[in-house]
Amino acid sequence: MYKGGKIIASLILFVAFLSIPFFYNMGKVNAGPENLQASISQLDGQQCVESADYMRSNHMQLLNKWRQSDVRDGKTVYVNSQGKSFDISLQSCLECHATQATKNTVGVNNPALKTSDQFCVSCHNYASVKPTCWSCHAGPEGAPK
Amino acid sequence: MSINRRQFLRRAGMVTALGLGGSFVITGFRGKKVEAASEYETSKQGLKAKHWTMVVDMSKFKTEEDFKRVTESCVSIHNIPDFGNPKDEVKWIWKDDYEHTFSGGENEYLTEEFKKLPFTIMCNHCEHPPCVKACPTGATFKREDGIVAMDFHRCIGCRFCMGACPFGARSFNYRDPRPFIKKIDPDFPTRTPGVVEKCVFCVERLADGLMPACVEASNGGLIFGDLDDPNSEVRKIISTKYTIRRKVELGTQPSVYYLIGGGEHV
Repeated sequence: MYKGGKIIASLILFVAFLSIPFFYNMGKVNAGPENLQASISQLDGQQCVESADYMRSNHMQLLNKWRQSDVRDGKTVYVNSQGKSFDISLQSCLECHATQATKNTVGVNNPALKTSDQFCVSCHNYASVKPTCWSCHAGPEGAPK
Repeated sequence: MSINRRQFLRRAGMVTALGLGGSFVITGFRGKKVEAASEYETSKQGLKAKHWTMVVDMSKFKTEEDFKRVTESCVSIHNIPDFGNPKDEVKWIWKDDYEHTFSGGENEYLTEEFKKLPFTIMCNHCEHPPCVKACPTGATFKREDGIVAMDFHRCIGCRFCMGACPFGARSFNYRDPRPFIKKIDPDFPTRTPGVVEKCVFCVERLADGLMPACVEASNGGLIFGDLDDPNSEVRKIISTKYTIRRKVELGTQPSVYYLIGGGEHV
């Protein structure tokens, strides 16, 4: 190969450069969403609007349907598969899924973009999902400002 | 190396079967349940109507205080920002003079005093709303009960609706409104920059069985009810008293009526 040594050396350098982030972060794996239970204010025998399993895989679809139903169809009550009724509102979620300690603190907003110990964020940060709910709705921290 | 037609068809068939089978295995493996056996209902205490209508009794709006009280009641519960300059102003319910309110000159022989009055103005919740036709995303839509509502989630800020509305009832958020809201009410969403907003006849309060905030604050100056119900107060006023509406010549059929010479009605 013409100038083979140089080419191969540059290739090795190139690959090494590309893989820097992998080596740099090796062993520093981002902590997964642990201890989720701690950020739920639990009541006795309380279940989420649907089973935890269902919510884990379908909460986004459910929230979309809630939005459709409440905003566009004017149906503001959700009757779950066990016949229990819930008011369609993000506040219904936050009744349980909020850490009481950080409620109503002054000066925080947009927890979706902020590191915090709140329920939604702990998973969403890990999965790098950034929904924009709290740029309009009042988040777990209560009214912004 | 070449293949004949039969070989090609056979291989294509095998690949297709593999693909379909594979995707089935994966979805089966994930066990994704999309439907829960659930239902959506309207709230039991919610107020219902076929055609929500507002009557503005001009005789009850006399002092500056009367207008302010009504506007303030709306501002506080809907997180309406005050940017401090008229260009960026966000208005849901506000005050304007006769010239701007009833331009078109349909009612030539109204008394001179009447033409000097200020008027309370809000979205007219037209029966044929031009803003709904203009909206490319369906963010503005007309509900079954006649209310022209906004779905802020869907608004892309194109402002076609603002151009389409002949009443100037729509406002645009040129800047982040949050820092300009006096006190944020957590029960109602704030808006983001690039979103249009307007009066929604308090749909969120109607669902809770409450009258719109301005109606409650108006001390009888605003009368709200179902125009389709022959026994409702608004229907009685509109069918027996002299009322005018804004820009009827445009054919949008506003649902906000201005009662002239009220005072002793119903």
